[in-house]
Amino acid sequence: MTEREPDATSEPYTVPTAPSRPGDQPEFDAWPWTPADLERPDPATCESEDTREHARGLVRVLGDDDLASGAWDPGLDADTLRRGLELMVLLRIFDDRMMKMQRTGKLSFYMCSLGEEAVAIAQVMALQEQDWIFPTYRQPGAQFVRGRDLVSMINHCIGNIEDNIKGRQMPVHYSYREGRFISVSSPVGTQFPQAVGVAMASAYRGLDEVTITWIGDGASAEGDYHYALTFASVYKPPVILNVVNNQWAISTHMNLATGGPNFASRGLPYGIPSIRVDGNDFLALYSVTKWARERAGAGAGPTHIEVLTYRAAGHSSSDDPTRYRPADEYSAWPGGDPIERLKAHLIAVGEWSAEQQEELESRIDDDVMAAYKEAVTHGDLASGPYPPASTIFTEVYEEMPWHLQEQREELGK
Amino acid sequence: MANMNIIGALNSALDSMLERDENVIIFGEDIGYFGGVFRVTDGLQEKHGSRRVFDSPLAEGGLAAIAFGMGLNGLRPVVEIQFSDYIFPAYDQIVNEIAKLRHRSGGEFWTPVTIRTPAGGGIRGGHHHSQSPEAQFTHTPGLKVVYCSTPYNAKGLLTSAIECNDPVIFFEPKRCYRGPFYGDPHDVPTWAGHPDAEVPEEHYSIPLGEARLVQEGEACTVIAWGAMVHVCEQGIRGSGVACDLIDLQTLVPWDRDAVVDSVSKTGRCVIVHEAPKTSGFGAEMAASVQERCFYSLEAPIERVTGWDTPFPHSTEWDYMPGPSRIAEAIQRTQEA
Repeated sequence: MTEREPDATSEPYTVPTAPSRPGDQPEFDAWPWTPADLERPDPATCESEDTREHARGLVRVLGDDDLASGAWDPGLDADTLRRGLELMVLLRIFDDRMMKMQRTGKLSFYMCSLGEEAVAIAQVMALQEQDWIFPTYRQPGAQFVRGRDLVSMINHCIGNIEDNIKGRQMPVHYSYREGRFISVSSPVGTQFPQAVGVAMASAYRGLDEVTITWIGDGASAEGDYHYALTFASVYKPPVILNVVNNQWAISTHMNLATGGPNFASRGLPYGIPSIRVDGNDFLALYSVTKWARERAGAGAGPTHIEVLTYRAAGHSSSDDPTRYRPADEYSAWPGGDPIERLKAHLIAVGEWSAEQQEELESRIDDDVMAAYKEAVTHGDLASGPYPPASTIFTEVYEEMPWHLQEQREELGK
Repeated sequence: MANMNIIGALNSALDSMLERDENVIIFGEDIGYFGGVFRVTDGLQEKHGSRRVFDSPLAEGGLAAIAFGMGLNGLRPVVEIQFSDYIFPAYDQIVNEIAKLRHRSGGEFWTPVTIRTPAGGGIRGGHHHSQSPEAQFTHTPGLKVVYCSTPYNAKGLLTSAIECNDPVIFFEPKRCYRGPFYGDPHDVPTWAGHPDAEVPEEHYSIPLGEARLVQEGEACTVIAWGAMVHVCEQGIRGSGVACDLIDLQTLVPWDRDAVVDSVSKTGRCVIVHEAPKTSGFGAEMAASVQERCFYSLEAPIERVTGWDTPFPHSTEWDYMPGPSRIAEAIQRTQEA
């Protein structure tokens, strides 16, 4: 064994490394931010300058005492909170089950949202049903809010004959038009400026529709991120631009995606109101998204949000994070677990109990297992049935041109 | 009917589509107030308003992405990339995104984007105002690729491209915007008096996927697109050989039947394009012609193309296929 080369240097130029690597003690600063820190500006008249503190601070609603307070408390009723909790638990159990399927060879690949369950679920719950969702692979939970059937999602992940996208993309690259959830693409930044175009079309057509999209901290280094901010700042369409800072882009730490102070503040020089929010605080996420929705609906234009969270699992089923970060790093993350935090809040205000939680988890576990069993009746990974081979050639164009017809005949299926 | 150059014909197509379809929207760099560096969108913002015809930031990748989103949400965006040499920042958005959306989403989403872009040499534009990158798009499933050559087909093909529910890359031969170019930089006529410059002012379309037979002859088939169609006319005159001249018009899907019918008749085939030879679209056509016409061929298929080098500035006339190279290739097919 040779001694491991240090992976950071300041000569002849700076090559950042992660604050802690395998074998190190995880290092996180204690949070200086509290729910009392930040005012809630008027969404319709707010300008980027008014959010300077919001971009450098952190919008929180749930305090360390598990109670909601501060200007950003959305005042949600217990039913809404319980629904949010239920959908987050559903996503976690669904992910857990799917990852087990992947590990036993029943899915080709999988990507978990572990630790980030609040991100899309709280945010899409704060929107209206006509609003467009333009996700990455880390926001599948948005589909639960829009009522997508679990069996249909699993059919897609398997790529069986009932996969609505006909086995054309890897698992977790969902498309769900009925829920206005736009087809996920593997290139990690492309959806960001595309969402600006979707929002411009809504504005052009005079529709009360808002588009929400997300990009990772890593992908925010792509030109697409800056295209989105440029076009959004110029044309001011009704779009909500989220940078999900889960701190890790596969093995590289967020400090390799920007040399600046944080992600939210990058929106300020574009003239876009920019807010950093605790991404593991369901109430804060809901509230900030609702605020951005109000802005967009009032014709005030885009909002740029940094969602501060932590990717608790590997990037994908092909990734082993213990190779590049301490195995227990997540347990030291001050933002905690979004499910545990909402659960603790509901219990603290007398609207939930440990028994109800257990019951909920048991019911969802049964639902997910039943959905999986039903899905495999439509075909499993090992033996199919898969979509007919002829679907390779369909929907490349609206109508199949002659050269594809010939190639389809050559395939002979 | 009115006599129009290609600029006027494209302008007329855009104007007519803006009038006919409220979902048509046009944007790009310098295309709004100014009317475009080549004047193709001149007057359209004034007539249709800046809500529908507007300038964009200088970011081709952003332009393509915005168009993707608009097309997905019910509009028919028509984007101008100022020179096709500048399309590459948008390549990911075009190749991975716009082209693939319908397929990857199982048909749940699609985006009927038209990307117009001036291409080709002959204006002393050096390597970054002269390239003809059609083959970089013909190799991408999900795109249709069109290359106009005259005022009449410019308007008809652009109309079809905008009406098409698939994404279309629409190349415009900038050398021919104001006149047919016969390969002599010292003798540049205008479109005045040219029969293909008689353009209906009202809406019409030319189907995508159909080639145009420019002239007929029994001894050789010459295939070209864009500015090379006119250079080929001159080359054929110089060769003294009676040729079919096929203007392909659409490269994907290309009109193989028209080519095969002609080569089956003539037994000889010359393919001409400005783009570099290696992996150019001529290679695809040559392969298809030998598959289909092997027993009719009387001579090897000839390709006359740009060289496999960057496009030069001062020496562009030695780079672009000219009438004499084309004539020599035609004559070689007669000697075999």
